[in-house]
Amino acid sequence: MLAFDGVEMRYPDGTVALRDVSMQVPQGQFCVVLGPSGAGKSTLLRMVNGLVTPSRGTVTVDGLSVDRKTLPRIRPRVGMIHQHFKLVAPFTVAENIILRLRGSLFIDMKKVQREIAKVAEQYRLEVDLDARVQELSVGEQQRVEILSSLYRGAQVLILDEPTAVLTPQEADNLGVILREMARQGKTIVFISHKLEEVMKVTDRVTVLRGGRVVFSSLTRETTKQELAREMIGRELSGLRSEQAAVVLALAGAEDASLAAEKIANGAQAVIEVTDLHVNDDRNLPAVRGVDLTVHRGEILGIAGVDGNGQHELVEAIVRLRPVQSGQIRLNGKDATRWDVRDTIAHNVAYISDDRQKDGLILNFDLSRNAVIKLFEREPFSRRGLLNFDAIDEFTKNLIEQFDVRTPGPHVAAAKLSGGNQQKLILARELSQSPSVIIANKPTRGLDIGAAAYVHERLLAERERGAAILLLSADLDEILLLSDRILVMCNGQSMGVLERQHADVQTLGLMMAGTPLASIEKQGAIS
Amino acid sequence: MTTTTKPIPKPERAKPRIDWRKLGGRVFQAVLSVVLAMLIGALLLLVSGTNPLTAYRSLFYGAFGTVDRFAETLVKATPLLIIAVSVSICFRAQVWNIGAEGQLILGAITSTWVALTFSSLPAPLLLVLSLIAGAIGGAVWGGIAGILKAKMQANEVITTSMLNYIAVYLLGFLVRGPLMDPNGFNFPQSALIKESLELPRLIPGTRLNLAFVLALLLVAGAMVFWRSTIGFRTEIVGASRRVAKQIGLSVGGTFVLVTALSGALVGMAGWGEIFGLHFRLIEEIARGLGNLGIVVALLGELHPLGMLVSSLLFGALVVGGNAMERNAGVPFALVDVIQGAIILLILARTYFFKKASAS
Repeated sequence: MLAFDGVEMRYPDGTVALRDVSMQVPQGQFCVVLGPSGAGKSTLLRMVNGLVTPSRGTVTVDGLSVDRKTLPRIRPRVGMIHQHFKLVAPFTVAENIILRLRGSLFIDMKKVQREIAKVAEQYRLEVDLDARVQELSVGEQQRVEILSSLYRGAQVLILDEPTAVLTPQEADNLGVILREMARQGKTIVFISHKLEEVMKVTDRVTVLRGGRVVFSSLTRETTKQELAREMIGRELSGLRSEQAAVVLALAGAEDASLAAEKIANGAQAVIEVTDLHVNDDRNLPAVRGVDLTVHRGEILGIAGVDGNGQHELVEAIVRLRPVQSGQIRLNGKDATRWDVRDTIAHNVAYISDDRQKDGLILNFDLSRNAVIKLFEREPFSRRGLLNFDAIDEFTKNLIEQFDVRTPGPHVAAAKLSGGNQQKLILARELSQSPSVIIANKPTRGLDIGAAAYVHERLLAERERGAAILLLSADLDEILLLSDRILVMCNGQSMGVLERQHADVQTLGLMMAGTPLASIEKQGAIS
Repeated sequence: MTTTTKPIPKPERAKPRIDWRKLGGRVFQAVLSVVLAMLIGALLLLVSGTNPLTAYRSLFYGAFGTVDRFAETLVKATPLLIIAVSVSICFRAQVWNIGAEGQLILGAITSTWVALTFSSLPAPLLLVLSLIAGAIGGAVWGGIAGILKAKMQANEVITTSMLNYIAVYLLGFLVRGPLMDPNGFNFPQSALIKESLELPRLIPGTRLNLAFVLALLLVAGAMVFWRSTIGFRTEIVGASRRVAKQIGLSVGGTFVLVTALSGALVGMAGWGEIFGLHFRLIEEIARGLGNLGIVVALLGELHPLGMLVSSLLFGALVVGGNAMERNAGVPFALVDVIQGAIILLILARTYFFKKASAS
């Protein structure tokens, strides 16, 4: 039993993350906390094991109120699974679990291992206890984290966006495991953005928005569409119809554009990549012979589980990463030996996946961030001197055109919300009407409203005739925006699907490493 | 929906780009640091049985009391100001160049060498040539650290301080060997430069000379620099190496640029010391100026005008400290204590004020 009673979180600088949140999760219930980013979900759940202390109100775990005195007793009862696992890579699974035991100087490895195996069996967590963590997939590592919590006696399990890093199959598998645990009496709370899985596996759903509980219901008594509306809330009425359409489409509606038709009509190939090989940061092959083409007015989505070479592929195309072999052509010109400045000069827009570290300088104001790629051009500078009036004027235009919510152009970028930071980046990158747009997880961490805005902008750019390469970890996003979808696994292309022929099952298989060709062959046989 | 921006309309009027409230806060912090440091000094004076008021009065009078004294304060402030302006360029790029000492020495060496070697050239030409030589000497010495950082990721704090040692001993060798005054009774110093090369005095009877004007010009130059594209580039590299790489700026190139540029300016300070004050190469030419210049830069918040004020303060502390020693019988070491306290308070200030603004 987990209970929040009138919880409030007020930071010293006056921001309020949570206001008067009350909710109860009875024992054995599988509950999800849903909400746009910045709604306070993580803050709320981090209170359970004392990582965050509420300014007002109480949190109780099995009747024990969380405070400094009770924490030592509460911590083992609460399993907290973060997005980044806290495992020692060269250690075995069993060693990683034992590592967290306190108070025993000598350990009977055999006995402990037997006990762990018993727990694993009880909850059907298939893990090889002798395998080294570095050899495990992300999904397996997550199971190790869960097993570790259970072994220490966790009654309450809290998972922060557990499926964000998993393939669809792994995510399904996790859902089954968690259901089984709930059946055996564990209390489970997880955070998610994905309506699909919420509907499939949970008992109860609570929507948090702006630090308040705005909606709570048994899952079977609600619908995806209702949840999507609750997450966006009152803003919905303020959204223009096409944006609302995009949002609803996210929740499963259909819209088809005809990529094949465009290509058949002889649309010009703008991004052409041939047999590209690229290494990762450790200088190991990450992209191994990828071919792709993006035409004028087309969005090519790149799907794949994180870490299968998509990131390196994209970085190579914008020339942030050296090419080992192969060729990149942009607008018909050989770009293989270009540097980053050449891509900027040739109007290649790049939306990086880490807006706070790569996209913006947070302690620079908006105007400086707006011209960070352009300051050497007229009118932003003349004869080597910056023209602040032109820069301010430009920035004000961008703020207006892209609806960036800010007190003014001279506010530090750090003061903006994530969505507005991303709008500023979009504004900057799209301001020069680029013919090539590389969008690397453009909606990462954004709430649905802001994400819909980004989607709308990208679609508008496609209509304008830009060739867009879209990388995303979110399949819904890929399915929503792409004309064609390329799936990568292990540095190679598993094939390119037309969007109308793409379904989550096929994509999942491809993401897990089955080439499209062999899926089609099997389909033909059966 | 179109996403192209409208052509930029003519700006209506230039708006002040100064955030007065922030500026006020920073000035307040700097002043507070100095006042607190003086209070600490006062405490020490009390303990040693001297009336702090008497001591500080003689310090103030010694620094500002007469035209002569004030001129001397400006003389002392000159190299500090030039050094502060130079290192602030590196600091804003987050390159911790503490090699001003060595760069100043190199500038002094090369400019003196040119003046002594080509003494037959007309004086104005030779003066300009020696200034350029000083700048090149400093630029090379600074640039070495920049190249090492760019190519081998060598930490500039280490390399610049090592280069300081090399410069000091190089100077010691030169004034005892190749550059020693043949008629100098074996003193470790070079021959005097031609009298016609001595910088004109701004106020007759004082030592205040043209080098101070050079320092003021460099302050103005720095104000322009921070409004230039190169200045912006420097700030981007300083603010985020990652973003700099994302937008294709050469981070290593910027390292070399800022270290060489700041070395060149410091080299000019060396030129000013020789041609304005000493007229020959002496061993004590740098005498701790490098490190003091860094403090001046930090107290001035790396802002050209802030550094102008803080260099005057430190010039006054040195000149007034001497007077205090003579007139009030307070050892000069007390000035060192006050300087040290200022440094500590500058460092502490960042911590305390961050805390205060957070709560």
